Amino acid sequence: MKNIKFMHSKTALLLGLLFFTIVSCERDASNQLEFATYSSNGEVFIDGFSGGLDYYPFLGSYLEAFSVDTETKYKGSSAMRFDVPNVGDPNGAYAGAIFRVDSPRDLTGYDALTFWAKGTRGGLINEIGFGQDFFENKFQVSMSLQLTTNWRKYVIPIPDPAKLVQERGMFWFAEGPENNEGYTFWIDELQFEKLGTIAQPQPAISNGVDKSDSGFTGVDMPVTGLTQTFNLESGNNITVNAAPSYFNFNSSNEDVAFVNELGIVSVLSEGTAKITATLGGVSAKGSLELTSVGAFDFAPIPTRPASNVTSIFSDSYTNSPVDFFNGYWEPYQTTQSTEFAIDGNNMISYTDFNFVGNQFANPTVNATVKSNLHINMYIPNSVPADMDFLITVVDFGADQADGGGDDTRQQVFFDKSLWVPNTWITLEFPITMDNKNNIGLIIYENINFSSLSNWYLDNVYFYSE
Amino acid sequence: MFISIVSNTGFRLKNNTMNSKNIIRMKTKIFKQNPLYRVANESLVILCLAFLFTLFISCSTSETQTVAKFKTITMQDEFDIDGQPNSLIWTYDIGGNGWGNNELQFYTNRSNNVTVQNGYLLITAEKENFEGASYTSSRILTKGLFEQKYGRFEARIKLPWGQGLWPAFWLLGSDIDDVQWPNCGEIDIMENRGQEPTLISGTVHGPGYSGGESITKSYSLTNDRFDTDFHIFGIEWAPDYINYYVDDVLYNQITPADVTGEWVFNKPFFIIINLAVGGNYVGSPNTETVFPQTMLVDYVRVYKADIINN
Repeated sequence: MKNIKFMHSKTALLLGLLFFTIVSCERDASNQLEFATYSSNGEVFIDGFSGGLDYYPFLGSYLEAFSVDTETKYKGSSAMRFDVPNVGDPNGAYAGAIFRVDSPRDLTGYDALTFWAKGTRGGLINEIGFGQDFFENKFQVSMSLQLTTNWRKYVIPIPDPAKLVQERGMFWFAEGPENNEGYTFWIDELQFEKLGTIAQPQPAISNGVDKSDSGFTGVDMPVTGLTQTFNLESGNNITVNAAPSYFNFNSSNEDVAFVNELGIVSVLSEGTAKITATLGGVSAKGSLELTSVGAFDFAPIPTRPASNVTSIFSDSYTNSPVDFFNGYWEPYQTTQSTEFAIDGNNMISYTDFNFVGNQFANPTVNATVKSNLHINMYIPNSVPADMDFLITVVDFGADQADGGGDDTRQQVFFDKSLWVPNTWITLEFPITMDNKNNIGLIIYENINFSSLSNWYLDNVYFYSE
Repeated sequence: MFISIVSNTGFRLKNNTMNSKNIIRMKTKIFKQNPLYRVANESLVILCLAFLFTLFISCSTSETQTVAKFKTITMQDEFDIDGQPNSLIWTYDIGGNGWGNNELQFYTNRSNNVTVQNGYLLITAEKENFEGASYTSSRILTKGLFEQKYGRFEARIKLPWGQGLWPAFWLLGSDIDDVQWPNCGEIDIMENRGQEPTLISGTVHGPGYSGGESITKSYSLTNDRFDTDFHIFGIEWAPDYINYYVDDVLYNQITPADVTGEWVFNKPFFIIINLAVGGNYVGSPNTETVFPQTMLVDYVRVYKADIINN
């Protein structure tokens, strides 16, 4: 075995020599070209900002959260100090920032970002990592981190160091109050290191699960649940969220779907494609089997004359001002929403649905004459067997605002037999409550433990016959 | 000539030999390729002085020292023939009785647990229900086939990883069936806990110093791990000492003065290589332990100890 290997290397050497000779006959590359070289400085904050490093707090965060502390420090003359505000702090709801360098650095020689940290309490830093630069964030890494009140060393591994040939995002974090209370944490000796003990990569997509999903031709969708896991010197595994660009994606059928380097799947035609990935040459656990059911089916185009309609959301009419299509009501709402358009037709997609509201209080809608409500709904894949759906229409009363003691509401329950999967359904009903001249809110809601999770909304309008 | 410095007993120089690969290298590039035994925590100056001193010694050997040389190969398995391990050298322990340590695996000689492929011996631990056990693995030994008193025993191994894995390369006294353990003596050349990827231990067990009272020392790699590349684990064993090596680092010496009982290492021993799962030494695997796990052995080589009394 070993002899054979040796022979191979000899052959390679010979070939290399030949190649070199040929190249050097044609052109002397080293004298003519200058290759860009980037600093391979791994230091971020040791006892002060390393060269070219700047602090950029997030919009809406407490801008003064960061300071340099010369009293509390792990080593040397100073440490980074972060003051997380209390809930309701008028100066900002949380602490969060990126630390970016002016000129990119070559971090390929390192395998982790390391630092010492402690907090005034054992807070759980929501997100901490590197690679966020307010440009493409192509190689962003994040994880959550449990602090202790003593100095401890932490390691955030680089999913694939070979990718970080010119990186500007040295460090970033975002942390909110713990149990409504602000607190302080410190970070010191922040640097990229080559530990040599970070090994046994176990990358994953779709959170390591073989996931199935359906899509439509022309509708992009992201590959989610992207992580990289390493085993550390301590013997413990550590998992970080890794940006799509660390991965190489593969589609089993590129006529149906392909994935770009940002992890976005473009659905091209009807059929099935299995999306898999590798990271640094290691196959990622998990996959996404995408079934494209073909072209997207649009909601029926409304035919009622505009004079008979007060529209909230439709491409067929001029819409009234809307405050929001998702109020993200805390703490119980889970529903996420995305407005999307296919061929210029706008729709709203609700995912992780439990309940959601569309509010339009500025101004409210007078439905005294246009006293019927029209809604189009689409449930992809399948209608859950336990589906039970409620729509509530709220009149805000004379104060034209949510609450204030003068609100009235009408509730309409819908039987699950109305819905057919992958088909637009039209819901129409009259507004029968007494006060309907200041309608400001429509709430959609799962009731009786209904498990409807994803659906699309279109053509929400009040009308007269 | 190679040297080694035994730091735990003051400075004492001893002539050592090298494995055959290094001998071949020496013929061509003596000083560039010759890796002096790297000595942990010793300064370069001492190393240089020691080197000079060794050259001197090798010209006129000391009158008072007993010196062992480990030049002559007595057993060598390079694992160059695919299939079952060479049956002239290796036999198997088969079974799942916990092996005195509450180990969880059932040892088999099936090819999925033990095989030779592409120049390596592969011992693989699998998670599967087999004969009432939850894991299978393998344990090969030279008992009755190759047994030797004294010498250099070495193997080049890449370890598996993960909580609950327990790879080992070790020796047992050949008279175990007559005198029982621990009277027979046990020399553990390398033991590792899968959850400690940078750490191995070398140990002797004997009457009055077995199990928790064994004589042991750990060695840890700096900025490296045992599961990402091959490392050479070896002992040099002579009448009055056992020296423990990882690669070219001598990290421990155990002598009759170090053991709290009879020195039972003046008789033949046989070799065991195994990969245990679970047991008292490591604890059980957890949900993060990845199976299968394979211990790769590049070679096992044994040299005779030539004792030179001056």
